[in-house]
Amino acid sequence: MQIDLQGVSARHPAARASAAPAVQGLSLQVAAGEQLAVIGPSGAGKTTLLQLLACALRPSRGQVLLQGSDPWALPRRRLQALRGQLFLAPQTPPLPPRQRVVTAVLAGRLPAMSLWASLRSLFYPSDIPAAHDALDRFDLADKLFERVDRLSGGERQRVGLARAMLAPARLWLIDEPLSALDPTRSRQAVQALVTGARDQGITLVATLHQVDVALAHFPRIVGLRDGALAFDLPADQVSPERLARLYAQHEHELLGAPPAAEPPPAAAPAPVVMHCR
Amino acid sequence: MSTLRAPPIAARDPAWAGRVLWWSAALVLLWPLAVATEFRPWVLFEPESLRVTARFVGSFFPPAIQGEFLALVARETWRTVAIATAGMTLALVLAVPLSLLSCSALSVSALAGDMARGPFWLRQLVRWLLVVLRSVPELVWALVFVRVVGLGPTAGVLAIALTYGGMLGKVYGEILESGELQPTQTLLRNGSGRVQALAYGLLPQNAAELMSYTVYRWECAIRSSAVLGFVGAGGLGQQMDNSMKMFNGAEVATMLLVFIALVALADRISGWLRRALG
Repeated sequence: MQIDLQGVSARHPAARASAAPAVQGLSLQVAAGEQLAVIGPSGAGKTTLLQLLACALRPSRGQVLLQGSDPWALPRRRLQALRGQLFLAPQTPPLPPRQRVVTAVLAGRLPAMSLWASLRSLFYPSDIPAAHDALDRFDLADKLFERVDRLSGGERQRVGLARAMLAPARLWLIDEPLSALDPTRSRQAVQALVTGARDQGITLVATLHQVDVALAHFPRIVGLRDGALAFDLPADQVSPERLARLYAQHEHELLGAPPAAEPPPAAAPAPVVMHCR
Repeated sequence: MSTLRAPPIAARDPAWAGRVLWWSAALVLLWPLAVATEFRPWVLFEPESLRVTARFVGSFFPPAIQGEFLALVARETWRTVAIATAGMTLALVLAVPLSLLSCSALSVSALAGDMARGPFWLRQLVRWLLVVLRSVPELVWALVFVRVVGLGPTAGVLAIALTYGGMLGKVYGEILESGELQPTQTLLRNGSGRVQALAYGLLPQNAAELMSYTVYRWECAIRSSAVLGFVGAGGLGQQMDNSMKMFNGAEVATMLLVFIALVALADRISGWLRRALG
């Protein structure tokens, strides 16, 4: 799906009116099928950007164009149909604890299912092979019939990502997919996402805290800082200096940057900062 | 002494004055309420009252266990359970659609900012309807229906259905809105329909609470059908009314024991369902 942001500003609905908008005057073009990673320190507006693209948040200024048209000009029913083509995976996996994994994964397909088919699928899962295949990409095939509350945090996060594989979406918006994963699982999960998106011709926008993972797997890197675009470059042109400037005063979040980057300050190597929406 | 002056220790807890104020305000407010309700508990312990109470309670023993009477009680118990169950079923038919209409967690327009005006007013309207349904006591509905459909269980069923429909609709809506909403909202944001989001997000999140509240209300409906029996809506309550009018404490005691058994049963069912769903 082709994206065109034109001077977009937005604030979270719950934010105080006096607070600065989370995203300010942002312009960004993404071609269909492109894959890009959004990096930047905490509070840079990465999640807000994804919510704007998912039509979950209405821009207060500027325009979001998806496939060249403004989704907010659509009647509500058409907008909801369009949302079915956008898949937003929030950072905290949105899984009811008492649900089984197979149901949680198949829920990704709901926008493409009739009401009757989706209710029937609660009695007998409609497409077990597809759910199995999606989980297998994240090395979770053996958890197919487990309950969500029996899974670890990292497993839940990967179940949330596996849901994307079944969504009838043209655009994947993945928020911090690796926040609960160890390095090996991270690489595997990113690889599964990137490959899955490429195979199905899906546009992929992911926010990432792991700069090294972003540089290694994504051809295009967007740096956000204070709600504005810091840079928008091919991955091989993102220099350590740019990263240092992007993360100035947030150096501890730059863990795992390319080796040439300045070493993080001597302070205790903090774990990657996790922050909720 | 250190060179840095520590802030002076407050002489008193600053929240103290407010606490005293609110407690005294509550007591001052309670006083007229006690006067208005003629609340004089010591009357209970005057010798004359004690004698009346002792005679009434004493007549409960031993409970009546004649075979013929027990058969009657069994039949009426079955009828009471039937009234409560049928009333609850009708109440559910009313409450489920109304609570889904009034539940803001399933609003698509509220996903991005404020709810749209049309759906907002629809929700308010449904809420008012629920208020009207449950603010009329089931006793009053029963008196109305006894006049319309005559003496008998039908009046009780309809009365329970209307009042409990209002209560269930309100509380279901509140249970659905009070849980973790993120799974449901994510489904809606990703383009699911409302009923789909309900089935895949809200219900698995809240099934145990909804179930336990429903069973509790069924228990209340059993009790309530006893009261409705007093105005002629059939069931155990009507028998109890008859026995009380005849000052037959033994029969009243048997029927009270049946009620205790029914409530205990509801409690066990509820616990079992919660374990199964939790």
